[in-house]
Amino acid sequence: MTKLYPGATGDWEAVIGLEIHAQVISEAKLFSSSATTFGAEPNTQVSFVCSAQPGMLPVINEECVRQAVRTGLAMGCEINLRSIFDRKNYFYADLPQGYQISQFKDPIVGEGEIAIELSDGSTKIIGVERLHLEQDAGKSMHDQHPTMTYVDLNRSGVALMEIVSKPDMSTPEEAAEYFKKIRSLVRYARTCDGNMDQGSMRADVNVSVRRPGEELGTRTETKNVNSIRYVMQVVESEIRRQIDLIEDGGTVDQETRLFEVATGTTRTMRSKEEAHDYRYFPDPDLLPLEFSQEFVDELAAEMPELADAKKERFIADLHITPYNASVLVAEKENADYFETLLAVTVDKTGKPVSELGKLVSNWITSDLFGALKKLGKTISENPVSVENAAELLNLQVEGTISGRIAKEVFENMLESGKSPETIVDEKGLKQVSDTGAIEAMIDEILSVNADKVEEYRGGKDKLYGFFVGQVMKQTGGKANPQVVNQLLKPKLDG
Amino acid sequence: MSVDKETVAKIANLARIEVSEDELESTVGELNNILDWVEQLSEVDTDGVEAMTSVVDASLPRREDKVTDGGYRDQVLKNAPQSEHGFFAVPKVIE
Repeated sequence: MTKLYPGATGDWEAVIGLEIHAQVISEAKLFSSSATTFGAEPNTQVSFVCSAQPGMLPVINEECVRQAVRTGLAMGCEINLRSIFDRKNYFYADLPQGYQISQFKDPIVGEGEIAIELSDGSTKIIGVERLHLEQDAGKSMHDQHPTMTYVDLNRSGVALMEIVSKPDMSTPEEAAEYFKKIRSLVRYARTCDGNMDQGSMRADVNVSVRRPGEELGTRTETKNVNSIRYVMQVVESEIRRQIDLIEDGGTVDQETRLFEVATGTTRTMRSKEEAHDYRYFPDPDLLPLEFSQEFVDELAAEMPELADAKKERFIADLHITPYNASVLVAEKENADYFETLLAVTVDKTGKPVSELGKLVSNWITSDLFGALKKLGKTISENPVSVENAAELLNLQVEGTISGRIAKEVFENMLESGKSPETIVDEKGLKQVSDTGAIEAMIDEILSVNADKVEEYRGGKDKLYGFFVGQVMKQTGGKANPQVVNQLLKPKLDG
Repeated sequence: MSVDKETVAKIANLARIEVSEDELESTVGELNNILDWVEQLSEVDTDGVEAMTSVVDASLPRREDKVTDGGYRDQVLKNAPQSEHGFFAVPKVIE
């Protein structure tokens, strides 16, 4: 069911499409051999090719081609064995060539489909129209000088993948989930780092509204939206703006808009009448890009495991709850951390992964994530080493400490940076599993609380917890709960 | 195919080439001559003939993904009319 947006004159539905620009992970640029590292001194990663000096010719970087194919495979798209580079002509200070080398009619990757999961538990299929390779532009800085714009060409010529969706989305949530899914795919495929703060991923958001079932309305395109939250805000505010505009008797102009972070709305860009007249034509400097099906098959065989497959495996082989599996695979770093920690814990305990998966995943998603959230840190800034985390879990698996004590030890680890063994030794937190000692303690507790024992035996089952609590209190929480249960129950039942 | 004065003015503007009103008329004529000449190609029947992208049988040469270029900012900036703090400095571009 397509979501409807009520207006003053009836219901509307929205049609949304995204063009995602994803910077390719590669050492060198798409058509030149200068570096792509982010944050270098201005114009130090610029060659005569990417500064468009006369007579320079582009030569394609084969790794960028592989990365585009890998991304296409990750999205389940058709791979085109022959594609063509075109020139997209426009003038701007940070585009030294006067045109961007892109792909217009014959892109390297064709159609595919992406499944997104929505909060109501449903799944929706979003079509991918194409992916093409193109050059990024340089960077202009307008605020460094009163009358000048400063241009840095370090980014000029870096490879971009433009991933174009079909207009299959109809809500802000769908647009956000689609964007997240593409980000997850490129990060797992290691073709783009997905780092939106550094501009490695940004989206052009196309929105139009129409009466249900009617022809498509006129769309607007909001450029360079660089966060998932902003994508949702753009969609939300554009739907509202367009409905209000039409209902007030106006018409939507096909135009490019800019997102304003401060207000969460969009505004029109200075309209350039010939802005869209790019006069594409095949780049005479470049022959068609051709490769064999074997080339594609080899890349397919080497593809890393993607999020969906990983999630399935976590559930099936490691007996992790579907919820935990989703949480772990949502960010590649988390999934990587989980697998590393699981492997080290397997080494330490000698137990199989199928037995440890649940324990390790629970610990990460509740204890560790809770602690990191409190500290305002990400998993890559995790103050606890994998070695120490695995040891903490090992102490629990061995029965040296209980789950409750483990939480206490973990908090101490975060504060002191000490190893869990040291903390357990220093604080005398070893779990008491000595049946003799516990039995004596239980006998004492039962005799001191003889009245409660009577009540229990008279049918007040709930008091069982009280007796367990007493044992735990006397041992400072260190009594092995299993041993306590084994001993307490028969004694209470008489 | 032919172009009129308006089209030529538009193309000139897109290409950032200044063509004066006087030149415009003669440019229309020149461009149309060229277009007429190229148009003769359409007389050839090319149905089923694949587009030729090169006169020699060559495939697109490729490069390894290695950084072997760049790192000579002084040379890159050398011909710029103006540069400051390692940037190209151009008249302010207002969005």
